[in-house]
Amino acid sequence: MTDTTPADVGFAPPAEVEEVELYHAKSWITKYVFSQDAKVIAIQYSATAIAVGMVGLVLSWLMRLQLGFPETFSFIDAADYYQFITMHGMIMVIYLLTALFLGGFGNYLIPLMIGARDMVFPYMNMLSYWVYLLAVLLLMASYFVPGGPTGAGWTLYPPQSILPGTPGHEWGIILMLVSLVLFIVGFTMGGLNYVVTVLQARTRGMTLMRLPLTVWGIFIATILALLAFPALLVGGVMLLLDRVLSTSFFMPSIVLMGESLDYGGGTPILFQHLFWFFGHPEVYIVGLPAFGIVSDLLSVHARRNIFGYRMMVWALIAIGGLSFVVWAHHMYVSGMNPYFGFFFATTTLIIAVPTALKVYNWVLTLWRGNIRLTIPMLFAIGFIFTFINGGITGLFLGNVVVDVPLSDTMFVVAHFHMVMGVAPLLVIFGAIYHWYPKITGRMLNETLGQFHFWITFVGAYSIFFPLHYLGFLGVPRRYYEIGETAFIPASAQSLNAFVTVVTLIVGFAQLVFFYNLFRSLTKGEPAGDNPWQATTLEWQTSETPPGHGNFGDELPVVYRWAYDYSVPGAVDDFIPQNKAPDETTGRSEPT
Amino acid sequence: MAEQTLTNAEDAVTTPEGWDSVVSDWSSDQRAFKNVPWGKAMMWIFLLSDTFIFSCFLLSYMTVRISTTVPWPIPSEVFALTIFGESIPLILIAIMTFILISSSGTMAMAVRFGYLRDRKKTTILLIATALFGVSFVGMQAFEWTKLISEGVRPWGNPMGAAQFGSTFFMITGFHGFHVSIGVIFLFIVARKVWRGDYEVGRKGFFTSRKGSYEMVETMGLYWHFVDLVWVFIFAFFYLW
Repeated sequence: MTDTTPADVGFAPPAEVEEVELYHAKSWITKYVFSQDAKVIAIQYSATAIAVGMVGLVLSWLMRLQLGFPETFSFIDAADYYQFITMHGMIMVIYLLTALFLGGFGNYLIPLMIGARDMVFPYMNMLSYWVYLLAVLLLMASYFVPGGPTGAGWTLYPPQSILPGTPGHEWGIILMLVSLVLFIVGFTMGGLNYVVTVLQARTRGMTLMRLPLTVWGIFIATILALLAFPALLVGGVMLLLDRVLSTSFFMPSIVLMGESLDYGGGTPILFQHLFWFFGHPEVYIVGLPAFGIVSDLLSVHARRNIFGYRMMVWALIAIGGLSFVVWAHHMYVSGMNPYFGFFFATTTLIIAVPTALKVYNWVLTLWRGNIRLTIPMLFAIGFIFTFINGGITGLFLGNVVVDVPLSDTMFVVAHFHMVMGVAPLLVIFGAIYHWYPKITGRMLNETLGQFHFWITFVGAYSIFFPLHYLGFLGVPRRYYEIGETAFIPASAQSLNAFVTVVTLIVGFAQLVFFYNLFRSLTKGEPAGDNPWQATTLEWQTSETPPGHGNFGDELPVVYRWAYDYSVPGAVDDFIPQNKAPDETTGRSEPT
Repeated sequence: MAEQTLTNAEDAVTTPEGWDSVVSDWSSDQRAFKNVPWGKAMMWIFLLSDTFIFSCFLLSYMTVRISTTVPWPIPSEVFALTIFGESIPLILIAIMTFILISSSGTMAMAVRFGYLRDRKKTTILLIATALFGVSFVGMQAFEWTKLISEGVRPWGNPMGAAQFGSTFFMITGFHGFHVSIGVIFLFIVARKVWRGDYEVGRKGFFTSRKGSYEMVETMGLYWHFVDLVWVFIFAFFYLW
């Protein structure tokens, strides 16, 4: 049963379980607002994530204004600047990227791609979104409380995060921690759904090794999230108790302004361990869905099967496993036992092996492909560039001796923005251009898309390439202003100004993308059911956008893997997964 | 939970044995865990996630206990109870642990009678389990009250390290919260069994899904997990 052989290729096992009766919405409210349909929930998740992401984008502008033109803007003082940094980081990593990849793409694509009518627990899925929304609202509420949002840095390290002197120590930090706890609760409800749906609700013929890599990426990332978020939950609860009830989990004895505080005996390093036990897998929670989606984009638009499908799957699993044993490479300079550095540097560098394997396979997928330079393809290729770039600087920083001098410089900022900011974001854009026709039934405008891609791609490089250099010069991160120093040449400031100008341009260029999104809703070219001539199940639905229950009366039956492109002897250059072998000639399977 | 196994499924192919059967299940289509209902699969994965939460709590507790410089209060003295003029160490905890372990027994029997479709016995056993849970939480409340009256607070206590009170209230509180949630759901499931919801296919109030007796087993998984966690808390808090 491990693999179908050519002899029994026409065989799809009989259905094992009866179909579960779908929940049918009776009113407009239960259909579009408190909806239990994964597709509607996906759009709610995405819209909320993108909206809060816009807040994060504006915050990055404000930060860059200060860095590029210090002492120019009277409305930005040091406290504001730290609040911008903190909120920008938290919003982008958790409330935008995690929510968009798993809540947005996960909800939309998992049921459609595996041939299910919906998630297994639609009611819980709905709750997941509403709890997430509540978390977002609480986070935003911190702008309207005395003291404003917390300025502790997105890592929220105690003791500084809860002591007077840090902006937002009054209410901001409390709202932040409560919001994070709610986010985790909401995510867990959704995450359990995604995992069980992939494991237990696939259609006939859909084996795990026939899943599109998009589903694999989201699936593994969800498992990581379910196991990593507990550490953040525990750290968050304990920090909250330190702040609200004056416990001393993380707080050592502290003398503040000549006065001895009530705290004593706690260990701040413990918080860092808890935070990064979540924080490092979090990188891959954002990364793995991007890896999966980009694999599919490359394969579809290069009209070629993904190179080394099985390797790709095992690499995803290996990266997921390894991501749990590397966390303390974020803590080389935090004062932990120096011998730990050796272990964590080793594991960190080992991660490069499966990751590099994936990059080779992406490039080899393009090799001799019939490449169509569509907008999704442009973004996918752009991803390969930025990801290699960010990955290689990751190898630098994984080594203790290189990390120690580069720690807390702009080099680190450039590294993680390249690898987990720009790279996943390019995939998100590519994925939106790719699946928008399925979600709305209309194509996005090509010319506007070209404009959007080139500005974003070239702009991202113009922003983050100079930051590597500034980091080598020793320009520290998280500094409100540097002033005059002995070691940083004055010319560094002109580079900073350049980066700021580009940031503003790239940021405003995103308005073109939003204009395209809204305009194409009504004015876009009709897309038809399968505009990209793709093989996966979501393109084989009987109507576009897919209706309630996804597949009409009959669920599709799967006979082949997701990558039958340009099969020798076949009539078309693609064979959909649900096409029976007797309906077509030619066939390929992973080797 | 509500999905019904079709009879033709297992006859189609011969079922392999041992590890081969695991490989065969995972490489098959439709379901990775054959004949495991959705709810049960979900509960297992949730419990795995929850295990990480409790592990993080307990590891944090061990870390602060090791790193604090102030002496840790001696558990056998702090948790002693004076009965008839004699101070007996850990007596309350012994009773609480005994009660919780017993409740696992009644829960297991409830699962068994659920599958036998014995509604009356299942209901009685579920309610018995819930009452054991209630008495556990009650005794925990008593223990908290006693400690608080002796001056133990989350931020400090007269016996020693401040972290003693912090970790104690946080972790036993989090566990007690789990027990309380379990008690509520035990009563809900007991009511459903008693009304025969799982036999007539009555739809859930919120989810509009039909339930089945496998719900009793899923409930049981949660309950046994909460018991298991208690064994660890007991060992690390009261015996260390």
